[in-house]
Amino acid sequence: MPEQYKLILKHADEPGYTPDLGCYLRHGGYEALKKAFATSPRALADGKSLSPQEVVRDDVKASGLRGRGGAGFSAGLKWSFVDRRSGKPIYLICNADESEPGTFKDRQIMHKDPHQLIEGMIISCWANDVKLAYIYIRGEMPHGAKLLEQALAEARNAGFLGKNILGTGYNLEIYVHRGAGAYICGEETGLIESLEGKRAYPRIKPPYFPAVLGLYMCPTIVNNVETLCHVKHIVTMGAGEYAKLGTPNNTGTRIVSLSGDVKQPGYYEIEVGKVTLGQLIHDANFGGGLKPGRSLKAVIPGGSSSKVLKAGEVFKLNRKGADGQMTKVDVPMLDLPYDFDSLQAAGTMSGSSAIIVLDDSRSMVETLANLSEFYAHESCGQCTPCREGALWLAKGLHRLSHGEGRKADAEYLSHIAQNIQGRTICAFGEAAAWPVLSFIKKFKDEFEAKGAADEAAHAKGAGPSHELKLAASPNQH
Amino acid sequence: MSFAVSAQLEARLDELTTHYPVKRSASLMFLHALQEEFGHISPEAVEWTAKKLGLQPINVYELVTFYPMFRQEPLGKTHVKVCRTLSCALAGSASIRDHFCKKLGLDPHAHTPQTTPDGKFTVEFVECLAACGTAPVVLVNENLHEQVTTAKADAILAGGK
Repeated sequence: MPEQYKLILKHADEPGYTPDLGCYLRHGGYEALKKAFATSPRALADGKSLSPQEVVRDDVKASGLRGRGGAGFSAGLKWSFVDRRSGKPIYLICNADESEPGTFKDRQIMHKDPHQLIEGMIISCWANDVKLAYIYIRGEMPHGAKLLEQALAEARNAGFLGKNILGTGYNLEIYVHRGAGAYICGEETGLIESLEGKRAYPRIKPPYFPAVLGLYMCPTIVNNVETLCHVKHIVTMGAGEYAKLGTPNNTGTRIVSLSGDVKQPGYYEIEVGKVTLGQLIHDANFGGGLKPGRSLKAVIPGGSSSKVLKAGEVFKLNRKGADGQMTKVDVPMLDLPYDFDSLQAAGTMSGSSAIIVLDDSRSMVETLANLSEFYAHESCGQCTPCREGALWLAKGLHRLSHGEGRKADAEYLSHIAQNIQGRTICAFGEAAAWPVLSFIKKFKDEFEAKGAADEAAHAKGAGPSHELKLAASPNQH
Repeated sequence: MSFAVSAQLEARLDELTTHYPVKRSASLMFLHALQEEFGHISPEAVEWTAKKLGLQPINVYELVTFYPMFRQEPLGKTHVKVCRTLSCALAGSASIRDHFCKKLGLDPHAHTPQTTPDGKFTVEFVECLAACGTAPVVLVNENLHEQVTTAKADAILAGGK
């Protein structure tokens, strides 16, 4: 039976482990930073050599580390895009705006082991010639913000931050910046706008790739909390050893947030791809199965924006056979290895690695109505298709889930969603559209039956109630 | 009521502006601090912030209207934020919110934050609080309460009386 593999959360939940510097140092804290500072230049085959900073950057690329925030993009590649010739300062921002519904992993790190994040950040900043960095933490985590500020002060006093860090001549400041309740700040260019003191309207790419034109129009790296922690472990273990964790192209460990209809919701750190979706839901080491008497209906596999998976679905995935040839193999949904590539091959994504489980007691109409209300509330309002469309979706689903539906609503809602995706500045458009498109595609019968039942009920009770009326607008700020 | 920022708070905010190469960046942190001090963001607070950061008041006001955590009206002393989003909803957060509202004589169907007439409590439905594994969760001022039951809700109310 697969087990957790605790790399990032190795100490966090140990009895007596506290978030202060003393405890962190007793557990080998800041040794990775010292090791990074002591990195030797590396000679290359062509006679050139890599500086110590370049060696660490190269190792992060070689480790295969992929971003843990949602997109799963290679962290090393992201760093390699940074414009180092502009003469402008380079900034690093830790994206701690953990807001994707279902996700609660970064919360664990920041509240229980803040120095691990800070050490990962200092190494990442040093490797990228960053002198000023920010932790953008969501506004609803005031306690986390205080803990991080405390930890930063401790690190400053101990000489891990500030001027001439550990006598190396390297200067770095890290500050905590609090968001104020807007989901869109998790989108990196929206986050940058917010950090500049503006509304978090995402920027259009091109030209505003953060690596070139980020914070204050300077090259900027934006990395997730968990991603930055992994950098520490890549330095400690070496890229080669780190890459042995997980599976090819899906290296390392990942903290999975599991919630919804399972017996043991919680966060579980696994080697990426070494545990299947079914094991995460059913095994005693993880979710522990569904509640008594219930059967599985659907799984939202990577945060609320990911496309839903239906119980019993079977996917055709490429698998390397014993002869080294790739063949198409049938893989049932629950046998999908929980990693970036398998979920993508199944038409969805592992996103922020947040699994929400739905059992047979749940109405897909109401579930989707709940999610769509979230997106209607959180659309930043910059792009018309998203601002108007997300609200239409929420209103339509509110109507359908409150007895005012029509059979045609399934088509109607899909049509709106199709006209949002691909027509917005940022990926929020897709995030709002994908749940709707996937829920209705995979559970169309349920949506149509609900609409038809509403129509039939209205037909019986003749009179004006047969006419459609828009239900009250959903919760709007 | 006249708007006066204490020398102590002003010194703290002046220090905050040194964290950023561009002063405007400190806007959100200013608004958080002023809201903590005064309970809400008044037009005077907007103007004061704008003046301090060398901005037009609209540059600050548009933040107050954009970011859900900022309030233009005074709130109750105990601010109860019940998570509305999916994992908490699956775990019964709607009935927890109803329970708070009924106990406090507030409308369980209202969509906006509601404050009791005595100014003691504000109840609000908010979006995902990133603690879905211990749903349903409620943020009471700065404290997160997990796996909230009606009994725990009653204890929260008793604490705020």
